[in-house]
Amino acid sequence: MAEARVIRVKAGPRLWLSGLWLTFFALAAIFAPLIVPHDPLAQDLMLGKLPPAWVAGHEPGYLLGTDSLGRDVLSRLISAARPALFVAIGAGLAACILGSVLGLIAGFFGGWTDRVISRIVDIWMAFPPVLLSILLVAFLNPSLQSVIIAIAIIDWTRFCRVVRAETMQQRRMDYVESARAMGLSSIATLAREVLPNVLPAIIVLLSLEMGIAVIVEAILSYVNLSVSTDQATWGSMIAEGRGIIYQAWWVLVFPMIALFLTVLAFSQFGEGLKERFDPVLR
Amino acid sequence: MTEAYLDIRDLSVALQHSGDRLLRRVSLAVRPGEVHALVGESGAGKSMIARAVFGILPKAVTILEGQVTIEGADLNGMSEAARRLFIGKRAAFIPQDPLTALNPSKRIADQISDRLIHILGMPKAKAHERAAALLEEVKIADPERVMRLYPHELSGGMRQRVLIAAAFAGEPRLIVADEPTTALDVTVQRQILALIAGMQARHGTALLFITHNLGVVAKLCQTASVLYAGKVVEQTSVRRLFADPRHAYTRALMAATPRYDRPEESLKPASPELMGELAREVAETDALWAKERAHG
Repeated sequence: MAEARVIRVKAGPRLWLSGLWLTFFALAAIFAPLIVPHDPLAQDLMLGKLPPAWVAGHEPGYLLGTDSLGRDVLSRLISAARPALFVAIGAGLAACILGSVLGLIAGFFGGWTDRVISRIVDIWMAFPPVLLSILLVAFLNPSLQSVIIAIAIIDWTRFCRVVRAETMQQRRMDYVESARAMGLSSIATLAREVLPNVLPAIIVLLSLEMGIAVIVEAILSYVNLSVSTDQATWGSMIAEGRGIIYQAWWVLVFPMIALFLTVLAFSQFGEGLKERFDPVLR
Repeated sequence: MTEAYLDIRDLSVALQHSGDRLLRRVSLAVRPGEVHALVGESGAGKSMIARAVFGILPKAVTILEGQVTIEGADLNGMSEAARRLFIGKRAAFIPQDPLTALNPSKRIADQISDRLIHILGMPKAKAHERAAALLEEVKIADPERVMRLYPHELSGGMRQRVLIAAAFAGEPRLIVADEPTTALDVTVQRQILALIAGMQARHGTALLFITHNLGVVAKLCQTASVLYAGKVVEQTSVRRLFADPRHAYTRALMAATPRYDRPEESLKPASPELMGELAREVAETDALWAKERAHG
């Protein structure tokens, strides 16, 4: 009866609205090449700095206006969802797997294993994250893969700390003892008995982490350390829009709104999941 | 006299960092089909014995000496993996607290059938069927419905029934029950005890029953060991234990059991003389042990 659990995870407005936006975001990213009204890279200086469709002086067909090179803002916004989604999933999962595995090991085995892993986490967290990511990406050569690697290397500690604490709490429960008494090995006990009980916390964190990854990618592309310039990103759009904010505010504002809504949706989705999971498990 | 199924000989365990002994040369034997009570106050080391049998002692505790044998095979002489395999097929554990002894994210069906699949290598469908039969045996009404529930949807007594079903699932020859009724209220306790007694008799399982409740000992067990500060102070048949308790501590333990008919006697604290005598005895044991070790 898989439904038993799903029914209890009723979608409140928080979960529902954020889920809706995330679905919209993912669909836009996946089908970007098919749905963009214009080529996001096509320049036309004659059509530069066109305002959005509800402002005087607009041109038909350019719903959110154009930037200083005459590129369609809506098309760039949609095509920039791709790298954002890619980083959210890639970096989120990578940080999640790395941090959760280490957290499970530290929390379950305790002793010196735990001490070593916890000290590494402490040291890791003392580095300023944005600076570290800029350094890492510069070192790895700017690309989307480097961004993903950098975020995973920096943010695994979030998962590690929470998963370690949850695992320690589960470890003390008698069911772990009985599993061991019936002859299950440590690894089997950890994977089959403990992990399912820690999983809700991991899923909630993963959602939050995806939002953080989107922000970090925007920061990195804002300082031009992410993808090459032939791919639009929200960060690079904001950087371009900043220079012409008094002539064409829309170049800056729309990518900011997209970024804001997406990050908000990820964090609210995580919070919503947490609310739903909590009464079941505690 | 038949040969012991579980035989613990001269088992001493100690805290690793301080060297304090938690078990002081404990020896006890449980014969096939026999119910042996392990009685003592909290902290006497009862659960430590259970953990030593299953090789799940806390990390901070080490075995200093002694053997644990099941079916004549020395468990301490086995490798980790061999020991797990050996013990999983022969012995099961009923833990103390039914509230945390079931995995909160597993359905009742899986709590039992996972065991059957793991220990007996039973195919999934068959394990499911057997799980339903076991739930029926522990008198759970509507087992098919209960099997689909999660532990938090069951009462404490129901959960303890599930744990008992799970313990008997692999047809073990030995069950170690660590105060299985302590966390339950009195009326449920009686039902659970009757259930354990019935299951034990039907399956002919040897049972090591850990408790601090002497009333339970009288009802359920044939032989008993009384533990104080990790030392067996008295070991005899239950009939003789009650008719003629030899050790002062046993008598004190019996006197400490509240009695409805003699309220003024029952709530007396242990006398300082007794406490002093017990402390002396423990000190003597340790001194003797230290001397022997130094020579050996």
